[in-house]
Amino acid sequence: MSAPEPEIMAHPARLKAVLAVLFAALTVAGGVPLFKHRHYGMTFVAGPGVTKVIKLSDYSPGLKGSFTDPDVFILEGAEPGGKALLMADTHANEPAGLLAVLIMIENTVVEKGTLYIIPTLNVSGSRNTKAGDGYPLYFDIPTDWGKVRFRMGTRDASPLESWPDPDVYIHYPEKQMLSYLDVRNTNRTWPGRPDGPPMERVTYAAMELMRKEKVDIAFDLHGAETMFPVTNCIVAPQKSAKIATLAAMTVKAMEGYDSHVEPSPQNFRGLSHREIGDYSDTLPFLLEAPIPFLDQPTGPKTVKLLLDGKDPFLLSLAGKKKLFVAYDEKGWPMDKRVGQHMSTTLEIIRQFSKKTPDKAIRLTGAPKYADLVRDGAGHYYRDPAKAAPDRIHYE
Amino acid sequence: MNIIMILYYVITAGLVLLLGWNFLRERKSANDLILGLLVLVPLVLRLLRVK
Repeated sequence: MSAPEPEIMAHPARLKAVLAVLFAALTVAGGVPLFKHRHYGMTFVAGPGVTKVIKLSDYSPGLKGSFTDPDVFILEGAEPGGKALLMADTHANEPAGLLAVLIMIENTVVEKGTLYIIPTLNVSGSRNTKAGDGYPLYFDIPTDWGKVRFRMGTRDASPLESWPDPDVYIHYPEKQMLSYLDVRNTNRTWPGRPDGPPMERVTYAAMELMRKEKVDIAFDLHGAETMFPVTNCIVAPQKSAKIATLAAMTVKAMEGYDSHVEPSPQNFRGLSHREIGDYSDTLPFLLEAPIPFLDQPTGPKTVKLLLDGKDPFLLSLAGKKKLFVAYDEKGWPMDKRVGQHMSTTLEIIRQFSKKTPDKAIRLTGAPKYADLVRDGAGHYYRDPAKAAPDRIHYE
Repeated sequence: MNIIMILYYVITAGLVLLLGWNFLRERKSANDLILGLLVLVPLVLRLLRVK
C-alpha cells in the first residue's frame, strides 16, 4: 500500500509553478551580480610615463581572443637601459600588488630603461570569486576626488576558462604531481607551454615576453596569510639572492619595515620565482606582503578586513605567538602593504642598477613606503573624468 | 574551448534536461521537487557561463 499524498501535493501543477518562479528568482538574484562582476571593467588611467599598451597575446597567439589575455603597460625611457617586468594579480585575492602597480602605471616616468607592467596576470581569476568563503565582489579605495572600484578576485582562474580540473595536475615540463586546483593557479603553471591548459598559456606568454624582450628582472607581487611562514618577505632563487638580500637590509634600515629573504625551493615546481630563473636569463623576485583577510581563523571576509587587516581572532593568536608577523590592534592596513610592495620593488631595481650600471633602470614619480602610509594609496590614483579618453583602459 | 570542455557542457545540459523532466513528472514528493531545483541552480549558472 502506498503512502497517502501529503496535502501540499494536492495541486502539483500549482506547487510546481510557484517553485519554478522561486527557482528563477533565486537563479537571477544569484547570477546577475556574478555576471556583472565577471564583466566589470576596472578603470586604469595611463599616466605620462606609459608609452604603449599591448596585449600579452602579442607574445603567444594561444591567448588571443580569450578571457585570459591581460593588458601589458609599457613605460619606455628616453635613454636605453635595463628592463623590468612587474606582475600583479597572479593571485587575484591578494590585491596589494595590483594597487601598487596601478600607482606605477599612473605616476611613474621612466628616464632610463623600460618597465613592462601586467596589472592582472590572471584576468580570469580576477573575474572569479570565492562564494563559499563569502568574498566581497568589489572593494573601493578612497581617493582625493572620489573612489576607485576594484574587482575582488580569487586565487584560481574561473572554471569558465578551464574545465574540468584533472584529478592531479602534472606540472610541465618537470612532471611533478601537484594539486588538481593548480591547473588554474598561475603560480604553479610556470614556465607553461603555448598549447597547454589556459593558465599554462598565460605563463608561457609571460615567459616569451621576458625571453624576447630580454627582461633583466621580474617581480611577482603577492600577499600571504599572517599564519603562513612564507610571508612578509622576498622569495628569490640563488641567482637573485644577493640583490634580494641587499634590498631587504636596505628597506629595513632606511624605511623601517621588515621584508626578509626566503630561498626559492629547488624541488617545488611551477612557481614564478623558481621557473622564471630556470627557464630564462631574467632574475625573478616574488614579493609577499601579509594579508590577514586570507587567514582562515578570522571573522567575516569583509571589505573592511581586506582594507584594514584588523581581526580580533588574529589578535588573540598573535598573543599566543601563532603568527609569523608582528600583529597588534592596528592590524595590517592595505596602504602599508602597498607601500611595502612599492618600496621593495624600487629598492630591488636600485640594487640591480647599482650592480649593472650599463643596464640601469632610472625612474621618477613613484611614491615610497612612508608616502603611502602617510597619504594612502588612493592619493596617487588619477581621476578618469579628467583624463584624455585614449589614456583610459578598462581591464 | 577544447573538446573535453565541450563534452562537459553537453553532460551538464543532459543533467539539466533530466532534472527538468523529473521535476515535471514528480507527483508525490514536494521535497524531491525542491531538491531537484536546488541542484539545478549551479548547473544552469554554468550553462549560462555565469559561474
